[in-house]
Amino acid sequence: MRLSLRHKEAVWGYFFISPVILGLIIFTLGPILGALWLSFMRWDIFTPPKLVWLGNFKDIFFEDNLFPKSLWVTTYYVLGSVPVRMVLAFLLAMLLNTGIKGMSFFRTVYYLPSIVPAVANAVLWVWIFNVEFGLANVLLSRLHIPKLLWLQSEELVIPSLIIMSAWGIGQPMVIFLAGLQNIPIQLYEAADVDGANWWSKFWHITIPMMSPIIFFNFVLNIIYTFQVFSAGYLMTDGGPNNASLFYVLYIYRHTFQWLELGYGAALAWVLFVIILVITLLIFRYLGGRVYYEEAV
Amino acid sequence: MVGEAVERDVRGARFLFSRYQLLKVGRSLSLLVLLIVGAVVMALPFCWLLSTSLKEDSQVWLFPPEWIPNPIAWRNYIDALTIFPFHIYFKNTFTITFLSVLGILLSSSFCAYGFARLRFPGRDFIFMIVLSTMMLPPIVLLIPQFIMFKYLGWVNTFRPLIVPAYFGGGAFNIFLLRQFFRAIPGELTDAARIDGCSELGVYWKIILPLSKPALTAVVIFAFLGHWNDFLGPLIYINSPEKFTVSLGLASFMDVYTTKWNFLMAASTVTITPVLILFFSAQRYFIRGVILTGLKG
Repeated sequence: MRLSLRHKEAVWGYFFISPVILGLIIFTLGPILGALWLSFMRWDIFTPPKLVWLGNFKDIFFEDNLFPKSLWVTTYYVLGSVPVRMVLAFLLAMLLNTGIKGMSFFRTVYYLPSIVPAVANAVLWVWIFNVEFGLANVLLSRLHIPKLLWLQSEELVIPSLIIMSAWGIGQPMVIFLAGLQNIPIQLYEAADVDGANWWSKFWHITIPMMSPIIFFNFVLNIIYTFQVFSAGYLMTDGGPNNASLFYVLYIYRHTFQWLELGYGAALAWVLFVIILVITLLIFRYLGGRVYYEEAV
Repeated sequence: MVGEAVERDVRGARFLFSRYQLLKVGRSLSLLVLLIVGAVVMALPFCWLLSTSLKEDSQVWLFPPEWIPNPIAWRNYIDALTIFPFHIYFKNTFTITFLSVLGILLSSSFCAYGFARLRFPGRDFIFMIVLSTMMLPPIVLLIPQFIMFKYLGWVNTFRPLIVPAYFGGGAFNIFLLRQFFRAIPGELTDAARIDGCSELGVYWKIILPLSKPALTAVVIFAFLGHWNDFLGPLIYINSPEKFTVSLGLASFMDVYTTKWNFLMAASTVTITPVLILFFSAQRYFIRGVILTGLKG
């Protein structure tokens, strides 16, 4: 009787999770294997695929000049954007956590930019970075700084996009703020009794208590930022002179514009492995520094 | 003698006290100033957007620009929205978004119920696999999925953008709802089972009505994700009468590269539904972000 009850529960269990099992097979596992198979092929979707074994990978690593270029462009953007966004979001969260009046008002204002749709965001910032009449150069002229070329300059295009990305930091900021509010006040009170100054409280209480949240956001932000696409596609078309040719944009061009599906899949697999290695490295070298409270 | 000393101490204390208060006031004032400066910086692009959207052509090309347009060109909105059939784009986007959000809501809560409230062999292992798909870059899956949908004859229909939502509804949403479902007391569900409720009944009549806050968070993020999606429609939709708002705005940008007032008006219209959603559900919004960010 007991066994059959347990049996019944298991059947119900598999029934309830059946959509995600099917989804996993059809939309994730199948496509991963499909992408691996594709990466050994040369295929334009119209003629039959041709098996080239590691030919695509050989081309990527030894022939293709734009592969290292796009990888570098993307890495540069990630290295700039992620720290800037994280630090700014953390600072804003700390400012908002001082018990100041109107906290929810400021939180709303800071959060709003992050819900602007990608295309509208791109249109707006192309106009802001317009060389002749854009807001960015208007503000610079107030400071008597000559006009900059922003998106049209090879040196400035990535920094410009990093500035743009710093506008939408609402998500990590709200998460940090909630984390800060969860730190028990007693910790700070005890430190006050011991005569700790602001800096040592920050360094010995705030940072360790926040480290799991910082770590989690950091990892997710890196994975997410590596896949930047719409800024390059919509705002700069990868230019000038491929200075903003993001990796995913490069995959998109090979796959959907030039119909080299095998090459695109190989490029995508390389990105997958790169992101995986980076994630593992971060876990290996930074994960140990994260402070976890005793599990309750 | 003694009285004098006491008086001196009191005066000293009063001096110290007022100095402390002054410091405190000064500190919160400088914090407030910092927060206001930050808010102005965050709001500036929005003001620039609105201001440009209400300018006549000649006013757009002014340096330095005027922030308050004179005269205010409300016509831009009518013109921009009639040149391009944005009402069709809106209808398409609403259809896609509504159907996908519905799928995500049903499917993710269904699977989450299985993972949260039922015991069966391999449950935790399968759950870990589902979670690990969150780390997977979507671009790797995109190319084989595209080929699959092409063979199904689904390219240039809404189906590739909607159907996957019904297969699990995303690892992240399952995770979020599972956490929430687990916190619901077992007595409630046991009582219902004794009364002859099947697992389906427990899920539908007990668990779902008790989980409105978490379900609302899922709806909000699913809505945002699909409303703001660009890469998906870009790949799967070709004919203009099936464009989403994002695609419409992107093609508008290609055609009217210099009509900044029209572009800004169209962007404002694109952003508006998201803003309305945000302000009407702000509480759930912030709580959702926190739920998703802290539980990692």
